[in-house]
Amino acid sequence: MTPPMENQTLTVPPVPPPDQADPPGAHQRKGAVEGSATWSLTDRIGLAICWGLGLLFCAIAVAIVVYLMIQGIKFLRPEMLWTPAAAGFSETETGGFSDAFIGTMIVAGIGIALALPTGIAIAVWLVEYGRPATLARITESTIEAIAGIPSIVLALFGTVIFSNAALGFLSRSSEGVVFGRSFFAAGAMLSLVALPLIVASVREGLNSIPRHVREASYAVGKTKAATTRRILLPTCRPQVATGAMLGLGRIIGDTAIIVVLLGATQNFAPVEGIGFPLDYLRGAGTTLTNFVYEASPTGNLNQPQKAYAAAFVLLLMVLALNAAVDVVHRRARKVGTWSH
Amino acid sequence: MDQEATTEYGPKWSDQRVERMLGALVCGVVALLLALIVTVFVHAWPSFAHNGLAWFSSGGSVEDQLNAISLSAQTSGEYVYTFHAWPLIWSTLLITGGAVAIALVSALFVAVFIVEFAPEWMSNILQPVIRFLASVPSVIYGLLGVLVLVPFIGNHLVTEHQKASVAGVISLTGYSLMAAVLVLTVMIAPLMVSIFSDGLRAVKPGWLEGSLGLGVNRWRTTWKIGVRSARPAIVAGTVLAVARAIGEAVMLAMISGSVAFAPNPADGLIFVYEPSRPLGPTIVKNIDQLSSPPFNATLFSIAAVLLFSAALFSLAGWAARRSMRKYLMP
Repeated sequence: MTPPMENQTLTVPPVPPPDQADPPGAHQRKGAVEGSATWSLTDRIGLAICWGLGLLFCAIAVAIVVYLMIQGIKFLRPEMLWTPAAAGFSETETGGFSDAFIGTMIVAGIGIALALPTGIAIAVWLVEYGRPATLARITESTIEAIAGIPSIVLALFGTVIFSNAALGFLSRSSEGVVFGRSFFAAGAMLSLVALPLIVASVREGLNSIPRHVREASYAVGKTKAATTRRILLPTCRPQVATGAMLGLGRIIGDTAIIVVLLGATQNFAPVEGIGFPLDYLRGAGTTLTNFVYEASPTGNLNQPQKAYAAAFVLLLMVLALNAAVDVVHRRARKVGTWSH
Repeated sequence: MDQEATTEYGPKWSDQRVERMLGALVCGVVALLLALIVTVFVHAWPSFAHNGLAWFSSGGSVEDQLNAISLSAQTSGEYVYTFHAWPLIWSTLLITGGAVAIALVSALFVAVFIVEFAPEWMSNILQPVIRFLASVPSVIYGLLGVLVLVPFIGNHLVTEHQKASVAGVISLTGYSLMAAVLVLTVMIAPLMVSIFSDGLRAVKPGWLEGSLGLGVNRWRTTWKIGVRSARPAIVAGTVLAVARAIGEAVMLAMISGSVAFAPNPADGLIFVYEPSRPLGPTIVKNIDQLSSPPFNATLFSIAAVLLFSAALFSLAGWAARRSMRKYLMP
């Protein structure tokens, strides 16, 4: 077992283990024992700065949501969600961003489908097996390192992997030259973005299950694998869900990997000559983040109104994920507690 | 289902087997990271080999050098690799340094506020707010920056006189260091707040109570005992924020301006209004050149520098935390 600081650098909002919901220091923090009236002036100024910055952060968040909501309601037309982008001279002629919207879903699906099993497996190995200890330490550092790799570097690495001739079946290839840009490529690289969050969250969940639960299971003759599958993983379902949703948030919010590995087109570019789902997945495409980037004044399309509309949709997705994480947290806190 | 369990987890799912399978997967992920590092440096090598340490120096215009590199691939002559990246590095340093400095101070105050001083209702509002700010995609920050903050700076903060004074060198349109630093601060501060406040919550209550018992007020107790004991978390949060800031590419590509220009603080305060382009955005902006071999090497050399500095910061953070072992919670 590692000291708790080792995985602190991975940002996962803490799901307090139910038994620690009321830490020993809580009484001191809840009941305001002492007002600031007796403090010296500098201390009171400091407290005022605290309030000011706290309110500033709230104001920024409110401003972002309200501003995007106003712009979104002004410019978002429902039909944009099912009209593909088209070439045109004014914003009324250029269609919507249905391809980007569906693209976001596809990328999120592929990314999470790869990252979730891998993340759970790594977390299980780290907590339940973790031998030899050197490998465990290396793995921890690896996960931490992956969390720190800039996504643009991951994207460039992806171009090397997926333009490899051996992986030509994952993207478009013509005359031996592999294009290297496809939903598969982008999804695979995005799964690396989500992986550290999932590992950290599941690990935290597994670590919070007391030893005696495992021992009880071994005592009735279950193997370690069966215990993990039947008891430990079901128990830390909230943390698995949290990790998955945090990872999902990072996947749908990432732009650099999409720009590099999915292509700068605003429409699906399916590969001809193969069956239905594969032709789209192997082809280039776009996502909402890419659409916002291209439609912003610095991008190639320069359609700020569409950019606002797409950004609003993206923000709604992020808000929904945040709300879902909150619900899972609250439910996890209510549901059964392990007694030590 | 339960009756099947014994057969289901028979020899096929025996412990040794599962352990070996999971271990193989773990090794695979480690190997993937190694492959990434090796690949990036191997692809970057031609650029470093041709430039040597001059890669990091200044000299000539970066734009001209990039044009020469892409031209040399089209005209079938010798590949040109000459690249002096100092303006890009300097821009990265300024933007990252500025944002991290502002974010560090404000995140510390907010974390202290959330953990110790905010009334219950206030911290119940602040915590979701922080989580929300941390999860907003960078492209949305970029969009708001480019459509709201950049025009505001360009139209209201920069005076005509300032624009005229540098007209021959660069045009001040609002795409600026200031916009980049402000938006990047809002992006990385929430990350710091959440890690800092975890650290502050983990401080042993006894230590705080001891100080309070001696008659020290809550404000000073928090800063002298709480914040000091939470130093490992503060280092960890800062390192993570620095890594995020260095690697941020898309948002900065949208609002830092796309000229490789090195703003000079010696010119007076006007330098905060000057555009620049950090390392990450340079990759994003030139990504369509990836297929030309010399340009590919140049882009990978930028990526290698990003990767190396991110790794260096994690290492520094790890070393700093190691020396603070005594503060680690039991």
